[in-house]
Amino acid sequence: MEPLAQCLALARKQLLLQWRTRARFGSVLVFGVTALLIFSFAVGPDSTALKAHAAGYLWLALLLMSTLSLQEAARLDVQNGALEALVLLPVDGRALYYAKALVNTLTLGGLGTLLIPVVVALYDAPMKEGPLLLLAVVWLGSAALVAPGTLYAVLTSRARAGDVLLPLLLFPLVVPALLGAVKATEVVMAGDPMGRASSWIGLIIAFDAIYWSLCGLLYPLLLED
Amino acid sequence: MSSTLSSRVTAGLGVLGVLLLCVGSYDGLFLAPADRFMGDIQRIMYVHVPCAWATMVCFSVSLVGAIGWVVDLGVKAKRAGVGAERRWGWDDSLESSIEVGVMFGALLCVQGMIWAKPTWGVYWTWDPRLTTVAVMELMFVAVLALRSFVDEPVRRATWSSVATLVAYINVPLVYFSVRWWSSLHQVQSSTESVDPAIRIPLGINSLAILFISIGLMGLRTRLAALNREALLAGDDAGAAAGGAS
Repeated sequence: MEPLAQCLALARKQLLLQWRTRARFGSVLVFGVTALLIFSFAVGPDSTALKAHAAGYLWLALLLMSTLSLQEAARLDVQNGALEALVLLPVDGRALYYAKALVNTLTLGGLGTLLIPVVVALYDAPMKEGPLLLLAVVWLGSAALVAPGTLYAVLTSRARAGDVLLPLLLFPLVVPALLGAVKATEVVMAGDPMGRASSWIGLIIAFDAIYWSLCGLLYPLLLED
Repeated sequence: MSSTLSSRVTAGLGVLGVLLLCVGSYDGLFLAPADRFMGDIQRIMYVHVPCAWATMVCFSVSLVGAIGWVVDLGVKAKRAGVGAERRWGWDDSLESSIEVGVMFGALLCVQGMIWAKPTWGVYWTWDPRLTTVAVMELMFVAVLALRSFVDEPVRRATWSSVATLVAYINVPLVYFSVRWWSSLHQVQSSTESVDPAIRIPLGINSLAILFISIGLMGLRTRLAALNREALLAGDDAGAAAGGAS
């Protein structure tokens, strides 16, 4: 079986697993909405400040949600020795990584998409550059969080105190992607007369390119014991 | 025998480093002139800049250890059978260099804050170099945390090598992304623009802290090797006892 066909078959399996555990997706979404609500309590009822920092809150909520959804996806794999069984199959380790990362991106991107209307409603966030560009930023940024996140989740789900380790490893690592995503979202929301969005989006794309390649190469090493 | 000899050499380098640090610091504190604009507060540079270099040296050594482990594990170990000693040597040096690097990184941040308060009026700013050092420090502390939560030695070595590779590659990305914000940090001086009276203590202290870091890494590597041997011996003894019963 070709690696691409393997990847697609594994992604299909992964998506089916996500569908069967969709209640978890809903719980993570509710967690994200709760986080957005809590952020506004931290600032106080200052609608101007909330509107100005809406992009930052959206990405903080997505970052927190990413650890929950990544950890959950990896836990399902480790449970009942499913990962060991997968490794025993004649499957390329890289195909396994890309299948998981693809489905994790679909999950996180989907969560991010659903969170946008909440941000618009709660913080009265504008969308001066249009919703399509905002969606592109959300999906590219989600892919950036997922690339190293998928690599680390398979590792932390098999370590002691994995729930603490995943954010500890992931948060400092995704600083460049998070910075790019927050700034790009800010610019897309508030308008971009200086044409700055492209350079921030470029930064996220560079991060995506580096980590989607590097983590795909390194992932098979984590499966060998 | 060779490990004992190398331990003695590295310990000797560490002692030499401490002596040099005393000489360089005396020169920097009492003989070198004060900076025309900053005054005496500039003298912190004689330990701050060498600590920054030592941090980078240590983290670069950890990268070499990580690459060594991954290459030996992934390529050569399967084909030719790499000696276990050499393979574990990579992991021991990775553990020691990250620990020493994190220590120098923490010193670097604290010294920077002591210098920043009277100079910039704040302990911390979101300057690219400061932010990069802080993020880098956190990334490597996370690798140490990962090591402490994984007990099986081969798994620990592979996982921490992968985490080290991923973290090291991120350092320039963090720097350039934060640089797009704004920059407040002192512009780096070139050797031509620095007075020889300032260059001498800086040079002595740089060598001193480099020797100290090599000494500490050497001792810590030996300690890591002994710990691992004890752990593996314990496992073997446990397995033998299990087999006997």
